[in-house]
Order: sequence, then structure tokens, then C-alpha cells
Amino acid sequence: MATTSPNQKEFRTEELLISVVADLIGDARHAAVGNASPIPAAASLLARARGNGRPYVSLLGSPKHTFWTDGGRELFDCAGQGRIDVFFLSGGEIDGEGNVNLVSVGDYDKPTARFPGSFGSAYLYFVVPKVILFRTEHSKRTLVPKVSFISAPGASADNVYRTGGPIALITNRCLFSFDPARRRFKLESVHPGHTLAEVIVNTGFEFDRPPDVPVTPAPPPETLRLLRETVAPELAEVYPQFAGKVFGTGR
Amino acid sequence: MPQVIRTLDEALAPIGDGCVLAIPRESTGVAMAATRALIRRGVKRLNLVALPTSSLQADLLIGAGCVESLETSAVSLGEFGLAPRFTAAVLAGTFTMKDATCPALHAAFQAAEKGVPFMPLRGLIGSDVLAHRPDWKIIDNPFDGDDPIVLLPAIAPDVALFHAPMADRHGNVWIGRQRELITMAHAAAKTVVTVEKIHDGNLLEDRELAAGTLPGFYVEAVAVAERGAWPLPLPEHYAWDGKHLAEYAKLAATEEGFAQYLEQHVYEKKAA
Repeated sequence: MATTSPNQKEFRTEELLISVVADLIGDARHAAVGNASPIPAAASLLARARGNGRPYVSLLGSPKHTFWTDGGRELFDCAGQGRIDVFFLSGGEIDGEGNVNLVSVGDYDKPTARFPGSFGSAYLYFVVPKVILFRTEHSKRTLVPKVSFISAPGASADNVYRTGGPIALITNRCLFSFDPARRRFKLESVHPGHTLAEVIVNTGFEFDRPPDVPVTPAPPPETLRLLRETVAPELAEVYPQFAGKVFGTGR
Repeated sequence: MPQVIRTLDEALAPIGDGCVLAIPRESTGVAMAATRALIRRGVKRLNLVALPTSSLQADLLIGAGCVESLETSAVSLGEFGLAPRFTAAVLAGTFTMKDATCPALHAAFQAAEKGVPFMPLRGLIGSDVLAHRPDWKIIDNPFDGDDPIVLLPAIAPDVALFHAPMADRHGNVWIGRQRELITMAHAAAKTVVTVEKIHDGNLLEDRELAAGTLPGFYVEAVAVAERGAWPLPLPEHYAWDGKHLAEYAKLAATEEGFAQYLEQHVYEKKAA
């Protein structure tokens, strides 16, 4: 496991995840982050710090970090026009075909568990080119063979209008990429301190993997410096508790 | 000029039993004082439509037995966790749940505001959200061959209910940047608003305020309710009352605790 103090030369697990997600964002014009998503928010701000202000980062739920002036629909209208390049989704359940469930477990009419609901996923998953799936709890309960309810499908028939979809799934244990043609995840790397065997045992779906699975690279010193010096204070404005816990900001 | 400024209970008169009631998402100005007044009055069989999500408001109304159906894309207490009475009621099957997705609700309200019967929307095809909505249809794009697209029927609520910073005596309501409240009011047959205060003068005659103003033409009634969104936030006025919401989440985890919450904060009128 990564170490606990941000002041050592080592790094925290959160910093590793932020660094990996920032790499996935790559060069983009506009990254939008949903509510209650401190790690995707930090990754987007890190990508912006590296890109000298690109991408534009929208943190939904923060009036200061969104430009919308036309009500809640403007986000979706923006996405429908292709003006949002990166978005993040989680799920109560995620399956091996990239289907996401934010609604319920068991029969829809007689569920055994209920989540809040699909939010914008049934739309944004189709029209945002890079959707990064994010689920810190990596277990057979969350990564399942088949979701009980498809809030948003991982892939669509050829004649269905679809300019976007999942590109990757990051968990507390590893990073998967997603191949929409094969509707299948591929294990890209296992985070330091975790093992392939542990990933296999805790994943409910089948996935591809290379003969030798790499270790997720540690965040480079420059990334850690940017994160701690530039991103942490920005993040603290929206996620004070998270920034305090991970970066010691505001203490 | 008809009298639009009324007492809270008078203003809520248009919201009768069985009303199709539009309510805004938690961060734009939720009429919580009005919601408590409706529960005290014992309103029944509300058909709630959230634009596009809800939190404490739907949870309270469901827990108090006021709701027949709810159309929404999510209900939760955000960082305070799942909405406990909503969750329990879905598991028990005690009301009709219509799961949607945020842009579908925005689009369906926009259809009503334009007076057209439906609106097309991308996405949705292949989801179970669509599979469980027999009222949503797929057609082929009539302008371009093999291109299936979903049509959503217009949502024209009986009443839209929200809380805003201020209104004038003409019924003009200043909503600022929360433009979806205007869409909601355009779509609804009647709009009832609670406000922090009455603005002296005419908001539409103030150049800086006019653009963020819902014209009184659309407004049925206005009532003053100071801190009327509490314990939810009112943008640029006050934030979530985190302590209260944490207490609610804890109490509402059980039916007994929820009954205790209603006694303390709704029926006793301490909170109003």
C-alpha cells in the first residue's frame, strides 16, 4: 500500500488515482465532473494545471466552477453538441460489458436494494467521448457479471447515435481499459501494493489481460508537486474535507 | 391588479390532493417551509415531478404519506447519504416510481413550455430506464433514415412550487441564474412561489434584475417565508444546514425516528 503521509517522498493512494485519471483525461477541451467526486475533480484540475488552463473544468454543484447561465439543461445541451469531452461516472454496479447501474439491485419491481437513481447517465454515457468509470470499492458486489438494471449501456447497436462511452474503469486496486467493439474490459495495470490474484478474486466479470500485467506507475515528482502546491488549494474550495485529509490543506 | 401576495397557507391552496406538482432540484431553491405546511395540512396523493432530482423534499413528503407517484432521475441526501424514506418506500413498493434521466426531464418540461406534445432526446436506447417507461417511444428520425431516437411526452404540471430570493407586489419573482425555475413555471398551469422578502418596486423595470426575473404573468401566488428553503440552501443566500441534515438522516433511518422528526420539525412548526 502507498504510505499515509503526504509529506514523505512516497505518495498516497488518492494521489496515485488522481495521477492515473489525469493521464486518462489527456488533451481535452472541457472536462465536467459530477457532484461528490473529489478524485475526478482533482484529476481534472491536475490536467488543467499541466495544460496551462486546458481543459476547461466544470465542477457540477459548484457555482464558482461552472459557467452555466441557462439552467440545469445547459450541461446536457452542451454535451449533446459535443462541447464536453470528458465525464466521470460511478455505479452501484458495473458489469463486464461496461453497463452501469445506478438504480436498484434485484427485480426492478421488487428490488432488494435501491440507489438514488440514474441522474444524467442514460444520456451523457452516449454523447461524451471519454467517460471514465470510477469505483473505489473494487469487489464482487460492485463489479458484477451482469447489472440488475442498465442505467446506461456500455455499448450500442451500430445504428444508434453514439459519440461517446466508457474508455476506462479505475478502482482502488487497478486500471482497466474498455474496448467498445468487443464490449470488454482489459486489465492495464495493478496499483502498487495490490496483486493480479487479488484483482481476479474480487472482480465479478471476465476481462482480458496481457501475459505480464504492469504495475501502475507511481506519480512522477512533478505531478506530486503540482497536486500538492497548485491543485490542493483549488480543490479545497469545493472539497475541503477531502483536501484536508489527503493534502493537509487548511490545517 | 389581483392580490398575489398571500399567507403561506393561502398561497398553497392550488396544491390540492392528487395534484401533479413540479419541484426543483435541491440546489436551486426548494420550498421547504411550504413543504412542511403541505404536510401539516395533510395533502394526499401528490404526483411529484422533480426537475430533475430531489432530496429532503421528496423524502419528507414520501415519508409523511403524501405521495402517490414520483418522477425523477434521482433522490438522495448527497453527502448525507441515501434518502431513507424514499429508499424504504421503493423497497416496500408503497408509491409509483417513474425513473427518468436528468436531460429527459429538462426536455419534457421544455416541450410543455413550447406547447408541443413531445421532445426528442439522444441517448437512452438500450437502457432499462427506457425499458421501464412505456410512455416513452422510439421513432426513426424522419429526416434521416436509419436513426432511432427517443420521444418524450411533454410534462405540463398542475402546479410548480419553488423558493426564491424575492418577489414584487406584481408577482414578478427574481430567480437570478436559476433559469430552470423559469422553464418549470412556463410548463406548469400555475406557479406558487415562496420568497425571502418582498421587493419594493417593479423587478421588470429594473434593468439589472429584469433578465433574472420570472414575470408575474406566470405566477399564481407568492408568500413570504424567511429562510424558506431551510435546511436546504438558497443560492447566494445560505448554505445547507449540514448539522440538521445529518440529524435528519439519522432519525429518518427508522419509521419511529422519522415520526419523531415530523413531530419536532414539521407539526410543532418550530422550523417554519
